[in-house]
Parts: sequence; structure tokens; C-alpha cells
Amino acid sequence: MATPTLNLPVSAAAKPVKIKKWKRGTVSPGTYVALGFMVFLSAFPFYWMFVVASNGSDAIAKIPPALVPGSTFSDVVQEINDMVPFWQSIYNTMFVATVISVFNVFFSALAGFALAKLRMPGKKQMLTFIIGTMMLPAQLGVIFMFMVMSWLNWINDFRALIVPAIVGAFGVFWMRQIVDSQIPNELLEAAKIDGASVFRTFMNIVVPAILPASFVLGLFTFLGVWNDYLWPSLVLNDSNRYTVQVAITALNQSYVINYARNMAAALLGTAPLLILFIFVGRRLVAGVMDGAVKG
Amino acid sequence: MGRTKQVSAIARQDRIGLLYVAPFFVHFLLFGAIPIVFTTFLAFFNADMDLYYEFMDTFDPGVLGNAFIGFDNFRELGTDPYFWLALKNTFSIWAISTIPQLIVAFGIASLLANPNLRASVFWRTLLMVPNITSVLAVAIVFQQIFDRDFGMVNTLLHYLGRGPVEWTNETMPSHVAISMMIDWRWLGYNSLIFLAAILAIPKELYESASLDGASRWQVTRFVTIPQLRNTITFMVVMGTIGGLGLFVEPLIYGGSYDGGANNQFLTMTLYLYKNAFLNMRLGYGAAIGVGITVVVILVSIVNFLITRRIASEDSK
Repeated sequence: MATPTLNLPVSAAAKPVKIKKWKRGTVSPGTYVALGFMVFLSAFPFYWMFVVASNGSDAIAKIPPALVPGSTFSDVVQEINDMVPFWQSIYNTMFVATVISVFNVFFSALAGFALAKLRMPGKKQMLTFIIGTMMLPAQLGVIFMFMVMSWLNWINDFRALIVPAIVGAFGVFWMRQIVDSQIPNELLEAAKIDGASVFRTFMNIVVPAILPASFVLGLFTFLGVWNDYLWPSLVLNDSNRYTVQVAITALNQSYVINYARNMAAALLGTAPLLILFIFVGRRLVAGVMDGAVKG
Repeated sequence: MGRTKQVSAIARQDRIGLLYVAPFFVHFLLFGAIPIVFTTFLAFFNADMDLYYEFMDTFDPGVLGNAFIGFDNFRELGTDPYFWLALKNTFSIWAISTIPQLIVAFGIASLLANPNLRASVFWRTLLMVPNITSVLAVAIVFQQIFDRDFGMVNTLLHYLGRGPVEWTNETMPSHVAISMMIDWRWLGYNSLIFLAAILAIPKELYESASLDGASRWQVTRFVTIPQLRNTITFMVVMGTIGGLGLFVEPLIYGGSYDGGANNQFLTMTLYLYKNAFLNMRLGYGAAIGVGITVVVILVSIVNFLITRRIASEDSK
């Protein structure tokens, strides 16, 4: 369900890029101005969320509009929590996203290892098939999936979110590329000669080597689940079971748009990811660039 | 002899790998293939939730038989003006969001590729921040920024002496506003993809170009861009798949499944959900899903033909 970001590690085999100086020279100030402007555009909506959220819903009609944060942020947060159990929804999302990420990384690594290194009949065809499934429009199956979930009585059950997402084509393909490029065959041969079973080889040799890449896949999965809206909104209608995205839209049911409340909810729902990003942002960027199609 | 025996023993041992790939294939069968096949099947029925529950309670094929309507849903789809409007809107928003984005992303990547740039990791990381934000949060912020009366954009235009633009009520402005949401979220990400591809270009190509006295523009035109063909194709393909599924942005922006008061930004997926889950016309919703799939396949064929043509021109 959760569609991870669209990077396909087609040539993950390429080594992490090292910048080689090919031209001596300086950087024009215009470059910094342009990049600074882009960063400003990237950051501004977050600042603006806080400005609108903390100024109350009346402040928006003022001319000129408020450009600095106000003092009513805690009031609007209180208001949100009176309407939906918002902290509960953050907890729910963390739980679901963590479970899915762990399963997805494990199953993907196992399948990726088999597809990259083991001698199996039909390996090439399997890989082509897996890539092919990524092209299928996800929305086509949703109607039947919804029927199945209501038949299983899984509406408002986290299993309706977790089970359909525990393994996916993207993860398997990503892990295949990683294992293929990062584990030398000699290492596996040596383990075989020592009499290690295939699963033991996987756990003792492959897993330690691919931990950093697994972490990046886990992050992408986590972000995808956190930000998924469509499927959770269909299978969750009990407010104590909401995920963050469903809780945010549940606040927006009236005909008059309450911008302060919406923006506060959007900010609260994004804040955990922004905090996470402070710690893992660099690795995420490296993951995106390693997985890019080059050439 | 002994060696063959050993190899086949290893090969036999390796067969356990089939067990390792099994979770994916079983999972795909249950949650990918069967739902898609069954949804397609559903498109031939006048199906709503009641019919479904009745069938699940009784398992009486007669219940389904009575609801079978052949190609009626598809006939209706063919003459449904909303579907064709949704198709047009989807392609319009896709074009407005994709083309400028790729150009600007390439520009940013070129700046970031400068080996003398200071704090390059800092710039790269900050450009990635919008991509981790949820589509929903992005849509909420941009809804406010493009508000007709109180939005930042119209306020700025007001100070510049321009009249308010109907960012929601008019077709083109609403497509531009929705494209801005998409671009804000994906621009930095695509810049990083371009950057990775630019950094992977062999430096010898640049060295020989500079020995030949090529200008900066000529280097970009005749060295960099031809080397990025696969990257660009990949971005267009993935952007198309994402673009044809466009749904959350217009849903939040308009606050309903209508895609605006005059359906000016109704998209195909929005129309599917409106029929299946709001009007509970599951069968017709399924027919729309089949329609979307046909469009995706046609676009993929076009993409494939263009890519092949570029590839063959390359080898000339």
C-alpha cells in the first residue's frame, strides 16, 4: 500500500560517488544565492504552518497578514486533541510503520539475497516479473481489497494496514541490487566450504554487510507508511485507531476551512519525521543518490 | 565426476532460495494479482456493497447472475463526460508539473555538481526535506497559500497591483496550484537524482571537451544531457505513473471528491474513489480502474517507443 519514494536502484552497483576535481575554479556568488533561495522555498511552508497555526483563525483575515508566529499555538493543539485523539494517532502510526518496516526489510533482504546469489531455476524471469509488478496501478486492486478487509472483519484492525504491506516489489528489487553489488561471491563460497547452511550464511555474512542499506530501506518504508493516506482512510473509521494522516483529515469535516487548526495538525503530523530527519537525513540523501539511475 | 556431484549438491542446497522468494510471490498473489483480477471481473456487474454482502452470506451464484450486465459499465464509461474531463485534467496537471520541474531540477543539480561548492552535504540534505513531508500536509499548506482572499500568493499580487487570481475556481490556475504542490515535494529529490547521474559521468569526457575549447553551454548540450538520457527517461516514466494516480492533492485542495465546483481539477483516480466509495457503485468504479489501467498501458507503450528511438539514435 505504502508506495515508497520513486527511486529505483537500477545501478546501485555504482560505487558511492566521489567528487573528483576536474576543473579548477571558484563558485560564483550567484550559485549560493540560487541554492539559498531553493532552501528558503523548501523551508518556508514549515515556517508558514507555524505562523498560521499560532495566530488563531481570525488573524488570517488581517491586512497585512501576520508574518511572525503568534501565541495561540498551545490553544489550537488543545482544540485538536479535543476533536480527535491526535497523540494516540501518532502512537498508532509509529507502531504500524515500525512493524511494516521490520517485516519488509527482513523479507526483502531474504528474497533479494536469493535472487542475487543463489542458483535457482527461473531467477531472471522472477526478477523481470518483480520489476513488472511495480508498474501496476495500485488503485485497481483497492476495491476488492476493501471488500476482503470488511469480509475478514479487519476494518479498524491494524492488520488491515500491516498484512498487505509486509513485503513489496520495491524492497525486494532494492535488496537484490544491494546484495549483488556489496557481497563478494568468494565470501559465500568460503562459507559454503566451511559447511555453513544457506540460512546461516545469510544471517552471519550477508545481514551484517547489508545493514546500512537495510536501514535506508527501512526508513523509506517507514516514511511511506507514515505518509500514506488513501488506504488507511478506507479501512479505519474508529477515531482511536486513526493514523496521523487520517486524523488530520478528520479535523477538516466542516464547510468552513479552519486554517489555523489544519496547519497545526499538518505541522504536528510532520514534526516527528522532521526530528527523525535531523538524525538520518544524510543517510537518506546518500541512499537516494546511490539508488539513482545513472547514465 | 566428483566435481559435478559437488556442484549439483550445491545447486540442490541453493534451491532453498525458492523458499526465500516465496513470501513475495505468495503475498503478491493474495494482495496484488487476485485483487486486480477480481476488480476487473467486478467491472462486469452492477455491483454495490449490498450485492457483495448478499453474495458473501449466501454464496449463491444466482445473486451474481442477476447483477451481471456485460459491458454496460464500459459503455457508460465511454460516453461519461466526467471520465474524459478527468483524463484531460490529469494529463494537463501532469504536463504542467513535470516539464518545468525537470528543467529546474537539472539546473539545481548542475549547481550542486560544482566540485568547489562549500557545504555541499548541507545543501543536498536541506533540499530533501520537502520529500519526507506527507502529501496531505503539503496540500493543506498550499491550500492556504493559494487561498483567493487570504492567501500569500494573492496578497503578494495585490501589492504588485494585480487583481486576485482564482487559484481554485478557474481551470488553469487550479492546475498550476496543484502542480506547485507536486513540484515542491519532488524538486529536491529529482535534483539529487540528476546530481548522482551527473557525478557518474566519466570526467574524461569533460576533459576532452575542454581541450576542444567547448563553451559551457556546448559542454552541457553535447556532453552532459546525452549522458543523462536513461535518467531522464526513468524520471518521466516514474513521474507518469505517479501523475496518473494523482489523487490526494486535488482531494484536499477542493475539499471533496468533485475536484472543484465545476470539476475543473477532477482527476481519474479521484473519480474512481467517488464512484466506488462515495456513491458505492463498486462495479462502475472497477470499470474506471480498468480504464485507468488501459491509459497507463498506452502511455507506457509510448514511453517505450520513445526510449527505443532515443537509444537507436544513440548508437548511430
